[in-house]
Amino acid sequence: MQVVVIPDHRTPVVTHMVWYQNGSADDPPGKSGIAHFLEHLMFKGTKAHPKGFSDLIAELGGQENAFTAYDYTAYFQRVAKEHLATMMSLEADRMTGLILTDDVVAPERDVVLEERRMRTDTDPAQQLNEAVQASLFPHHPYGTPVIGWGHEIETLDRGDALTYYERFYTPVNAILIVAGDVEAAEVGRLARETYGRIAAREKPPRRFRPQEPEPRAHRLVTLEDPKVEQPAHERVFLVPSYTTAAPGEAEALEVLTHLIGGGHTSLLYRELVIERKLAVAVGAYYMGTSLDATRLWIYAMPTPGTALEQLDRAVEEVIARVADHPVDEADLQRARTRLVADAIYAQDNQASLARWYGASLATGLTIEDIARWPERIEAVSAQDVQNAARKWLDKRRAVTGFLLPEAAAA
Amino acid sequence: MTEIAEVGLSSRAGRVQRVFTPHGIEAWLVEEHAIPLVALEFSINGGASQDRPERPGTATLLAGLLDEGAGSYDAEGFHRALDDKAIHLSFNADRDHISGHLQTLERNTAAAFELLRLALNEARLDAEPMERVREQMAATLKRDLHDPEAMANRAFRAAAFPDHPYGRAVRGEIASLPSITRADLDDLRKRAFARATLKIAAVGAIDAPTLARLLDEVFGAWPELPELVTVPATSVANLGTRRVIDLDVPQTTIRFGRPGIHRRDPEFIPAMVVNYILGGGGLTTRLFHEVREKRGLAYSVYSQIQSFDRAAMLAGSTSTKNERAAESLAVIESEIKLLAHDGPTEAELDKAKKYLTGSYALSFDTSTKIAAQLVHLQQQGFDISYLDERNKLVEAVTLAEAKRVGERLFGDGALLVTAAGRPDGM
Repeated sequence: MQVVVIPDHRTPVVTHMVWYQNGSADDPPGKSGIAHFLEHLMFKGTKAHPKGFSDLIAELGGQENAFTAYDYTAYFQRVAKEHLATMMSLEADRMTGLILTDDVVAPERDVVLEERRMRTDTDPAQQLNEAVQASLFPHHPYGTPVIGWGHEIETLDRGDALTYYERFYTPVNAILIVAGDVEAAEVGRLARETYGRIAAREKPPRRFRPQEPEPRAHRLVTLEDPKVEQPAHERVFLVPSYTTAAPGEAEALEVLTHLIGGGHTSLLYRELVIERKLAVAVGAYYMGTSLDATRLWIYAMPTPGTALEQLDRAVEEVIARVADHPVDEADLQRARTRLVADAIYAQDNQASLARWYGASLATGLTIEDIARWPERIEAVSAQDVQNAARKWLDKRRAVTGFLLPEAAAA
Repeated sequence: MTEIAEVGLSSRAGRVQRVFTPHGIEAWLVEEHAIPLVALEFSINGGASQDRPERPGTATLLAGLLDEGAGSYDAEGFHRALDDKAIHLSFNADRDHISGHLQTLERNTAAAFELLRLALNEARLDAEPMERVREQMAATLKRDLHDPEAMANRAFRAAAFPDHPYGRAVRGEIASLPSITRADLDDLRKRAFARATLKIAAVGAIDAPTLARLLDEVFGAWPELPELVTVPATSVANLGTRRVIDLDVPQTTIRFGRPGIHRRDPEFIPAMVVNYILGGGGLTTRLFHEVREKRGLAYSVYSQIQSFDRAAMLAGSTSTKNERAAESLAVIESEIKLLAHDGPTEAELDKAKKYLTGSYALSFDTSTKIAAQLVHLQQQGFDISYLDERNKLVEAVTLAEAKRVGERLFGDGALLVTAAGRPDGM
């Protein structure tokens, strides 16, 4: 079990997180949603704490929760520093001590189905996004939503949850992150007394993930729904992540993303929103922290009277310009400044720092990768940005999504 | 002249300095040099409740335009000046306030305050950004037009506060957004930007004399008194009624509420404790147990006490599939009546007090959270000492008091309910 301590002595509070290096992309075929369902069930109790320990944490003034992503599942508590040892012993207890009965599993499955209804089944934009992801990843499990497909969630049971639990929940698969008013030596001692006493499972966990072939065809996905009043556009590219990229390439994608879609001074905002009045909003996002090849999004909302095809062409023109010409040196410097400053702003928030470290380590990066990130961003040149745009923002690597009102009957 | 309050030891209040500038502006400061950042939060009275009835969204539009060009900078130039130094600056309007949020690297503090000064004193409100921000607001409203949560909220607001500014849309209406004029924005700016209601907090790598000097540059030219329209006190109306808004989705989003107990009310603290037990406390509340854990009726279910300047309400929400939505509402109504009638148990009260006191520190672990808390306390008229008194007040709540205030808060349990979806039997 890797242990990371991030000291922040300004307030007598700690954030305690355990990250398991398995996420929805490790759900067995036909069992989509099991990583997330188990995350819910982890609050149901253990041999030592048959009713769970949420009441106990609350009585200590602690806040707790958990989240599941494609590549990891994490559990956390935020408490006054004197309760850190208790949190570690509770979290260690449920790493192997989980008890599940059918009468807690069945209502919790209904809870997850309500969660899916709330997030997706009532929201056409989210339904389009699911379809876009499924098209971008026809083979790799990133094409399946983290929460799972509804018809498969309905079939998940106690046995599925325990099989999955026994496969992945063990110290060798976990990363401990403690941020806040604490010293490394003390955390090390507590970790040996808690997590250190857990016996390893017979087989160390392994991930089996089919990888995407090189994409060759652009795909267009359209969703029309009578609930849509404001159309929307997205273009998602299959690109390397910090974990899979050649040296410097992910950093170039990060800077490129900020240059084209990071706020009011970005190229897309300037051209599409301010100058050409084709979009009311536009942006870009690079999901760089990912175990396997990942996504770079461009999204836009058209102005009234602008067709999505027209907006799509305008997005392509901006991409083509960045691929064909070096970016302006002042724009490049501004993008690098903003990104590097983010690393300083992050120091103000122990909980988000803990998340940054946890997500990075759980996707195969190292502490040194995180520490050197600002200098590697500073090193990105105009040529690097142009190369990244030319190589990765190739339309054949992309899925375009159109969200539209229901067309009038012909 | 700068006055600095006496600094105590091991007290939260003791870390807060009260700074008075030469122009007589007050700010609360937590000076902290561990990280080279400065955060500033401020608010003034005069949010959406100052909008003309036929032009809701005026305050939101004004807040959205303050960083879209000021002084010699046009919109793009202003954003470039911010981005060149990685300065975070934004403005926001809610029902009662316009607020500003500034965060900067310590080395750019002077530039950051200068851009804030320009935004607050010389915002240009040019035609181009005005039309652009107006279109952005309209697009957001269109996106939410058939969103169940937004629909239930809209219906709730209108039914709870008919013929009152709180019943109107803070972010405006699609139909009336085009009618807001430059003159409306100038008028609001002139009436609201004044020192008398200004509340300021700063946290981070800045000392009191520097802060005082910079605040005078930003706010010193403002007039003392605002000229705001008086907003009458009000309360949640239409109790005991339900409104179902038809939407073809498989799940119904339910919003419920009734009058609350105001943040400034002497019984707010016991009311907060009782609400924590009902539905304010994450994974351990009665609503969480009964609606989610036991019956699997919803992913999210909660209640909260909201204090606007001139109203308070107990409000909550949940989402359940259409077939069982009526059951969710019945469980919520029954839990409210039960708690009103019997009051909490001694064990529940004890747990609530332990959580509420123990978790208070978690609201003070980042600069921006601390600054926001300090502005909030000033808005409600509390002194710095409240930071240390608050937990004592929670600890002092007795079972009899919790029961009595629970009766006051929940009354006969009558709720105003709005629901968006196609619920069976509601």
